[in-house]
Amino acid sequence: MSGADFAGAWWWPYVMILVAGWLATDIWRWLGVFAGGRLREDGEFLIWVRCVATALVAGVISKLILFPQGVLETTPVWLRISAAAFGFVVFLGVRQKVVLGVLAAEVFLIGGWLVLGS
Amino acid sequence: MMRGARAAVSIPAFILTAAFVGYAGLARETGLSLGETLAMTGFIWALPSIVVLTGALSSGMGLIPAAIAVALASVRLMPMTMALMPMVKVPGKTKTWQLLIASHFVAVTAWVYAMKNLPDLPRVGRLPFFIGFGGTVSSFVFVMTGIAYLSVERLPPLVAGALVLLTPVYFLCSLWGAAKIPADKAAMVAGLLLGPFFFVYLPGLDLLWTGLAGGSLAYAATVFYRRRFFR
Repeated sequence: MSGADFAGAWWWPYVMILVAGWLATDIWRWLGVFAGGRLREDGEFLIWVRCVATALVAGVISKLILFPQGVLETTPVWLRISAAAFGFVVFLGVRQKVVLGVLAAEVFLIGGWLVLGS
Repeated sequence: MMRGARAAVSIPAFILTAAFVGYAGLARETGLSLGETLAMTGFIWALPSIVVLTGALSSGMGLIPAAIAVALASVRLMPMTMALMPMVKVPGKTKTWQLLIASHFVAVTAWVYAMKNLPDLPRVGRLPFFIGFGGTVSSFVFVMTGIAYLSVERLPPLVAGALVLLTPVYFLCSLWGAAKIPADKAAMVAGLLLGPFFFVYLPGLDLLWTGLAGGSLAYAATVFYRRRFFR
């Protein structure tokens, strides 16, 4: 099934959101409810599935940092990578407080941006 | 339920609001309409899946590949939901449809909060608390996402850029924080490295390949490591 024929229609993105978004996401939540405690969380199959999902989301992270959309695109790539890396190191250093890691990355990015004068 | 609503004024709610405000910037830059952005926030309510679908929509991916990519990104919701159920369920009393409604609010941030705070409550109060908490946080974030989408145009470039960076850094930290075993962390490193590679050489299905290749590689490596050193 290709979306090519409908891709221009205004409602097509909403079909995508309902089927490829809502259904594809909530199905796991519903399955989680029904499966109850039957499948072990440390079972080998589930470990692999979680690895695949984790790697996929990690791929999203590096794509967003290396190939960002819009205004962030104008910043040098090394600044974005260093900002994210700095935030992550701070996050690890402060007993994994997400807020502080995010703040540190932002301070680094904005600081670098201002220094470069772009 | 009211206690859950009041507890929604919290650090996880702030992180989520900030992340979704950042996402609103991303959605706008990608060319999504306000209606599409809000529909995704309300219906999907899991930022990684939303970001994956945003990429799919902007690259004109077909329905089935997009559904597979999103489903792969949200597989993690199933074990999370499973782990939560025994905690909120009152055996013989709680209806399945109530659990199905509550399950929609399962997402990394709210889940971590629930697992930490629900055990302090009496069993009968946990499900209403979770629904109150999840409902309030997601409604608030929904409204803020809309406001952010509309005002992003007027933001100075510095702020807009900073908000776009919020999403990857928030994921980077919380994904690492959610990793329980070495395999999760290995998969994360593999995905970070392979993501750009597949994006350049296999655009379109790059995320699917990143997940399958990176995840399987990480899984195989950690299985090998376990056999080699722990047997």
